[in-house]
Amino acid sequence: MMHNLLFDFTVDKSTKTVTITREFAAKLSLVWDAFTKAELLDQWVAPKPWTSKTKYMNFEVGGRRFYAMVSPEGLERWSIQEFSSITPKTNFKMHNAFADKEENPELPGSDWEYNFSEQNGITKVHISIYNESLERLERMIEMGFKEGFTMSIDNLEKVLTTLS
Amino acid sequence: MDARRDIFQAIADPTRRAIIALIAVQAMTPNAIAEHFENSRQAISKHLRILTECELVKQEQKGREIYYSLEIEKMKEIDLWLEQYRKIWEIQFNQLDSLLLTLKNQK
Repeated sequence: MMHNLLFDFTVDKSTKTVTITREFAAKLSLVWDAFTKAELLDQWVAPKPWTSKTKYMNFEVGGRRFYAMVSPEGLERWSIQEFSSITPKTNFKMHNAFADKEENPELPGSDWEYNFSEQNGITKVHISIYNESLERLERMIEMGFKEGFTMSIDNLEKVLTTLS
Repeated sequence: MDARRDIFQAIADPTRRAIIALIAVQAMTPNAIAEHFENSRQAISKHLRILTECELVKQEQKGREIYYSLEIEKMKEIDLWLEQYRKIWEIQFNQLDSLLLTLKNQK
């Protein structure tokens, strides 16, 4: 499905920055909503079989989204996103930190910047993530994969084939 | 070897990354490596010890000298790990593709 759409993923270890660019076959306003409205975010941000549960979200400068990634067994991994800058339908920035269920953050977190642009009905989203530590990145992966994610195994096999 | 050491600890430090870049090209002695840095010889030795513990470099005795070289296979672990991370994004975005399609059809 839509394999012709751009997907670019790079990691610069020296600057501890992950850069992701992805195109979507939809108008900018719709894509913007999918990234900034809790009820839409919860429908796609958790890699299945995990689910996303937003306790509350105030999408405004200084506002927060407090949410959990929930494993199939019901294990909740909470995070806080705090929005530091918003230019509607163009750009927003946030700080993301893991947290406990009482909303106490575990610092340091990571800094995220999203940029949106549209051309001929295709919306391009550019994300840059600055992580203080690589261990943190590793935990983000664990969240998606520890719970028996068969796709990762498939993928691993594919990568191993490429490398060998 | 300290079991807690892993490749991500190895590449978390800029000096160690620079050492990796140096010995990726050719095997080098600790003295030859140290000449490329402002750091003390002791500091470089410590970095080399950590890199060795992370199994990212191997030592080889040639005559009187010890040469350090890169364990290329171990470096591939980093790529594999990053590939998993990339995969998560791919899955998320495919889910978003479906959602966007559903939303468009609802209009």
